[in-house]
Amino acid sequence: MPTRSGERRSWWRLREPGIRGRQTAAGWLFLAPVIVILGVFLVLPIAAALWVSFSDWNGNGSPIGANAHWVGLENYRHLLTEPGLDQSNFGTALRNNVYYVLLVVPVQTAVALFLAVLVNRRLKGVGFFRTAFYFPSVTSSVAITVLFLFLFDPAGVINKLLSYVGATGPPWFFDPRGLFHIVLAQFGVDQAPASLANGSFLGVSYWEWLAGPSVAMCVFILMAVFTTSGTFMLLFLAGLQGIDESVNEAAALDGATEWRKFRYITVPMIRPVLFTVVTLGLIGTWQIFDQIYVGTKGSPANTTLTPAFLSFNTSFNQNNWGVGAAIAFILFAIIVSFTLLTRLLTRSPDRVPRRRRFGAAR
Amino acid sequence: MNAHRKNWSARWRVALAVVTVCALAVAVGAALASPTRSHAVTVTALIGSSGPAETFAVNNAAAAWSKQTGNKVNVIVASDLGQQLAQGFASGNPPDIFYLGNDQVATYAKANDLAPLDNLKNVKSFYPSLRAAYTYKGHLYAAPKDFSTLALVLNTNSWKGAGLTAKDYPKTWAQLASVAKKLTRNGQVGLCTNPEFHRLGVFMLQAGGWLVSKDGKTATVNNKANLTAFNFVKSMIKAGSMKLTNQIGAGWGGEGFGKKECAMTIEGNWIAGAMTHDYPTVPYKAVELPAGPAGKGTLQYDGGWGLAAKSKNKTEAMALISYLTATKVEMGNAKAFGVMPSVKADAKEWKKLYPQFSAFLAGADYSRSIPTVPDIATVLGDFNQQLQGLPQSDAKPILNRVNGELQSILK
Repeated sequence: MPTRSGERRSWWRLREPGIRGRQTAAGWLFLAPVIVILGVFLVLPIAAALWVSFSDWNGNGSPIGANAHWVGLENYRHLLTEPGLDQSNFGTALRNNVYYVLLVVPVQTAVALFLAVLVNRRLKGVGFFRTAFYFPSVTSSVAITVLFLFLFDPAGVINKLLSYVGATGPPWFFDPRGLFHIVLAQFGVDQAPASLANGSFLGVSYWEWLAGPSVAMCVFILMAVFTTSGTFMLLFLAGLQGIDESVNEAAALDGATEWRKFRYITVPMIRPVLFTVVTLGLIGTWQIFDQIYVGTKGSPANTTLTPAFLSFNTSFNQNNWGVGAAIAFILFAIIVSFTLLTRLLTRSPDRVPRRRRFGAAR
Repeated sequence: MNAHRKNWSARWRVALAVVTVCALAVAVGAALASPTRSHAVTVTALIGSSGPAETFAVNNAAAAWSKQTGNKVNVIVASDLGQQLAQGFASGNPPDIFYLGNDQVATYAKANDLAPLDNLKNVKSFYPSLRAAYTYKGHLYAAPKDFSTLALVLNTNSWKGAGLTAKDYPKTWAQLASVAKKLTRNGQVGLCTNPEFHRLGVFMLQAGGWLVSKDGKTATVNNKANLTAFNFVKSMIKAGSMKLTNQIGAGWGGEGFGKKECAMTIEGNWIAGAMTHDYPTVPYKAVELPAGPAGKGTLQYDGGWGLAAKSKNKTEAMALISYLTATKVEMGNAKAFGVMPSVKADAKEWKKLYPQFSAFLAGADYSRSIPTVPDIATVLGDFNQQLQGLPQSDAKPILNRVNGELQSILK
């Protein structure tokens, strides 16, 4: 759009003649504090961490300077290919987090959508339920972790309730047995079959990869579903309220049942929200740290170890900064790939290719 | 209107000029005035306190030194000692002195974060074994300030209830197994302890094994003696007379003992503070651990003060360390929060004050500290994680795995 004086707009000119110029300058001025804050507290530390992952810095003095030397992909090679404690810890952490993600994301998305559909109706008192379902999300994750530690104590409330119905609860946070191993043991398979015991990936045997989440990890899964369903419920609620009521009425007139309405009208129309919720869920679950740090710190038997916590532990407690930073960036790569994968899978099937939009002539 | 504006504008200009001149005058005056520079420095001390008793004791000792020397001391109680130390070293502005466990000293010394303390004034007053635990590549990197050993702590009521007397204190493994069996009654387990190297390691020493060979160059975790030790532990677990704390859901052996879930536990001096504070109604006694096939053995845990290599007040900081590890101050700490002094001169008075804890001090004659090797804490951390599965799995694969890891850091 031409300026008042007819000049062509140049993006590098912060100040232009006329009111548009003043608005541009004002815009930059308003953005400046956020840019500075994001730059100093986000961009610079990430760049420094990337440098540390390619260096041999040992924690003494600043990594930017004479204290750290370039070692290329040495830290990544050591972490991914060199047999040892670092590799097997990383493999264990990945395994634990994969099961956590596979269980938390679908369950919390489904629960959030279910709750949103429930509170979307105009009933008396639905506001109370909206608040109640959202409440766990506003509470501090540290507080909820401590509460769950207390509830799921072997001599705590949950086991006491289970004992009233005659069942003995497991020692929840102290139980390292994997869920799949427990199920297989019911069928008599309690030792690794030869084919699975001998092979390994990232220092973890195939049998251990198929162990499933441990009982302790399952409590964390429950905690995650409990705390984050509320936030996603709100997102789904916003999406649901964007669906015009007349569409549902028309479908009802045509004789559609509630389930068909939900499956063929509601779900396709909230596809963008679904993508948002699944992506946020993936990002959040791959980054789990607070609950592990406050709760079990990787115990029992490393079954609640996650890459984020491993990165922290490797750097701060083992003074192995290069490997810790490498773990963080591999985690970043994993999250980005999963996000792209989700984008691919939730792409609308009747998407018009970019070229052909708005008519053929361009 | 113009004249009015001109009047105001003139007034503002005059006012601005006056203010500027005054400000300049003050600034020049301050710059030229001779500064009363004091030679008092502030020494920062970072501690990982076991509780209010310890914080109070350290603050008191620091205040006394302040009064004596005129320097100030800033005692910081760390919420996460490892993380705060790491931040200090990376920023180039670390605390001058800080708590340092002997399992961490080699890792930090290797990274050049520590200054040697070979010239400490009272370096000869410490037990030689404690000095050795803090020596890396021939230099002393921390001043030992206290130490603890592990002993067998038993519930005297349960003891009497099972019909046992002072003659039955176990002196061999067989006696330990039988006593534990007799004490497993009324919903109480005979013996409980943490599923960690830091407790079960005593059996390794009693069987004649250890983590490393005598010269410290070879890992011996999977030798026959250690396997015997862990098989003995497994046999007691199988017999039902011993449980690991993760099986009963206790946080540590002291908690299981205090909650009366077990009649005996293997713990260090620190249990005294916990018992007085949290479980005052449980009567207990500490006796020496039984001897195994190769004799007596127990683990030793050392606390020390480290000095940062980048400290800007090394002389004053070393003087403070000397003061805090002096005979009188260490005795005061022992009285306040139950640790054993690291100076030989305090041994007699400590034995007189605490005859009931003589088992802990007796252990000092045959106790071993964790080897001073960089990254040993990482390997022991994995050993602890693997031992959590000891009741269900064989000891041999665990020992083989840890042996491999330990050998890789000994190279």
